[in-house]
Amino acid sequence: MLAFMARRLAVSIPTLVLISLLVFSLQLLLPGDPALAIAGDERTPEMLAFIREKYHLNDPIVVQYWYWLTGVLSGDMGISIRSQMPVTELILTKLPVTLQLGIMAMIIALAIGIPAGIISAVRKGSAWDVGANVVALSGISIPNFWLGIMLIMLVSVQWGLLPASGYTSPLEDPVRNIQTMIMPAFVLGTGIAAIMMRHTRSSMLSSLQADYVRTARAKGLSERIVVLRHAFRNALIPVVTLGTLQLGELLSGAVLTEQIFTIPGFGKLIVDAVFNRDYAVVQGVVLFTGTAFILMNLLADMLYFLLNPRLRA
Amino acid sequence: MSIRTWKAGLMAAGIMVLAATGASAQTLRIGLAEDPDMLDPAMAKAFVGRIVFTGLCDKLVDLAPDLKIIPQLATEWSWSDDNKSLTMKLRQGVTFHDGEPFNAEAVKFNLERSLNKPGSARRSEIVAIQTIDVVDPYTVRLNLSAPSAPLLAALSDRAGMMISPKAAQAAGDNFARAPVCSGPYKFVERIAQDRIVLEKFDKHWNAAAFPVQRVVYLPIPDTTVRLANLQSGGLEIIERTAPADLPTVRSDSSLKLEQATSLGYQGITFNMANGPRADNVLAKDVKVRQAFELALDRTIINQVGFEGEHTIGNQPVAPNNPFYAKTVPVQERDLEQAKKLMEEAGHGRVKVELMTPNNPEQLRVAEVIQALTGEAGFDVSVNATEFASGLDRQTRGDFEAFLIGWSGRADPDGNTHNFISCKGGLNDGKYCNPEVDAHLNAARTTNDLEARKAEYQKAAELYLADHERIYLYHQNWFWSLSSKVTGFKPHPDGMIRLEGVSVAK
Repeated sequence: MLAFMARRLAVSIPTLVLISLLVFSLQLLLPGDPALAIAGDERTPEMLAFIREKYHLNDPIVVQYWYWLTGVLSGDMGISIRSQMPVTELILTKLPVTLQLGIMAMIIALAIGIPAGIISAVRKGSAWDVGANVVALSGISIPNFWLGIMLIMLVSVQWGLLPASGYTSPLEDPVRNIQTMIMPAFVLGTGIAAIMMRHTRSSMLSSLQADYVRTARAKGLSERIVVLRHAFRNALIPVVTLGTLQLGELLSGAVLTEQIFTIPGFGKLIVDAVFNRDYAVVQGVVLFTGTAFILMNLLADMLYFLLNPRLRA
Repeated sequence: MSIRTWKAGLMAAGIMVLAATGASAQTLRIGLAEDPDMLDPAMAKAFVGRIVFTGLCDKLVDLAPDLKIIPQLATEWSWSDDNKSLTMKLRQGVTFHDGEPFNAEAVKFNLERSLNKPGSARRSEIVAIQTIDVVDPYTVRLNLSAPSAPLLAALSDRAGMMISPKAAQAAGDNFARAPVCSGPYKFVERIAQDRIVLEKFDKHWNAAAFPVQRVVYLPIPDTTVRLANLQSGGLEIIERTAPADLPTVRSDSSLKLEQATSLGYQGITFNMANGPRADNVLAKDVKVRQAFELALDRTIINQVGFEGEHTIGNQPVAPNNPFYAKTVPVQERDLEQAKKLMEEAGHGRVKVELMTPNNPEQLRVAEVIQALTGEAGFDVSVNATEFASGLDRQTRGDFEAFLIGWSGRADPDGNTHNFISCKGGLNDGKYCNPEVDAHLNAARTTNDLEARKAEYQKAAELYLADHERIYLYHQNWFWSLSSKVTGFKPHPDGMIRLEGVSVAK
């Protein structure tokens, strides 16, 4: 086990270096001079020279990378050129917001997707099944931003039930926090719920045909126990794998959802940083996300290792 | 827990709820179109930040809706006979948010900071100031290297904002994270990309004129979402309402609309001499540019792009500006004349690449321009470019024509000198006419309004005849307000001044 982990960690480090190099060179391909983007209306020659000097924009790319790398290794990801806030601090304040959004969206996705999948598999061909499929297809096809705007118009403007956008910290006002997060989480969750539903359905359909289900039925077990305890448990395995994969989907979906609902999270941080050519923030966020993904994969591998005896051989 | 503790707890909670509702009734929430950059008046570059500064920081002088300079921290001022020194009398009994006194020393500190701090975005605005004399504790004299009529207007903006010297020295480069000024509202907190919260400063010299207790600025870039927040009661004021949303605002009885013509302009900048891309007939032949302008119909452009909600114009300042040159008014479209000029020029059909910011409104404008000029003999190709890239290409001279504008300054110098004079820092088309320069320079040296108007008029007659760029329209600021808000006064600089603004319960 320890050797396995050590091996995986050793592979992770070059991956991270590669990611950072890739981001560094990719943003060089972004058209537009960051000094100009930052100076805006005030782009006097002195101002441009000052910005280039201060943020090492004049130095060769290798030197810039070196400054950044030594900073990161000592725990300093630099400061945002636009807001002058330390990148580490920005990331740490934005992360919990996106995590909350992601978790809420996942709960919504699971709460809708799995029951809908089971029901449409058990009642295959019924009006239920067709209806759930239509809803799921719409969930996959309707773009986040459209659904978001429509919900704002209906729920906030027409009915006045929820705030249209914005964010309140749960420490400040937990009720308001849920009120502001429920709509974006729903928008983000429905897309995933649809995928979940489709997978649960097909996975359930194949387990319902399995021999052990027939045996369970033959034993005279109630249909409820057959479906939930025998078929569903086995059908869940591919769904769980899919759920983990969807975490990445959640993060990228959060980018758009956070823009629409003006939620100051991770997604909004990186989009605004790209438009403002705030390189330090872009690099910091990408490095952080990359690290998080690698750690999550590592965790998943370890779980497989623990759960699947065949891997240990 | 005993019943008594329960009761006490409930009562305390009740009082807290009451207190919270009481405070929220006097809270003004303002939806901004962008998130401001750093909150240090000497360093800040973004337009939107100025809206926050208006609540946070007092300035030496202020701008009235008719663009007249009026007192704020300076109560009166006078120019020396040679226009090379400006003496200002300062308001007494003013304190900064940290309790430090405001006086002539503080003014000297602030102006020197703006002049000398590395990376100061204000230096170019007040660079004419050579030395600053503290005449007495409440009188300051600014000695200039050369007369500079635009200086006062600069002091009505960020360059004139006063921050606490003590706080500035203590915070160093971190000042922007918790700015300390002397304005009617003091800084409470900022959550990047989410909100900036200010609270009433009770010791402000004019505190009675500011009924609102708490101001929250919320950046909400999407215009539809911004408006939805206003409609659903999540905001009291939003700035920069999109023209397409104006019918909604007008038809909603719980909202009201305020507007003002901005100080800026939007138009087409031609690359006249900036690098090899200026090597074309458009840059070289004034007749071609004149034909291009004559082929345009500003009313149609305004209608298609902005539902006719902006103000058309043909100069760096809007037609209602005191410095508008009346001798060269907006010309109507004249297709026949345009065709005739193209024939005289004899280049056949002329190809033009029009670089355009890639937002839907500007693209519509570009397409109208394409259609209108096509009739006169131009083949315009529209090149939609993301803003930062466009700015970069403009500076490097990698463009033929660029659909771009300027946010505008209170003094006409700020809309002209930097863009039109031969060595202007923002003259990316590299237009150069020494005669124009002479008039623009002369307008800087006198403080006499009529004499300045005359110089700007002569300059306008010359550069408009050169067709070095085409001014198309002036954006109008549209503020949508909840009908509960009273006392809001629209200003052409686009700022939200909070004096007299109150929110009914």
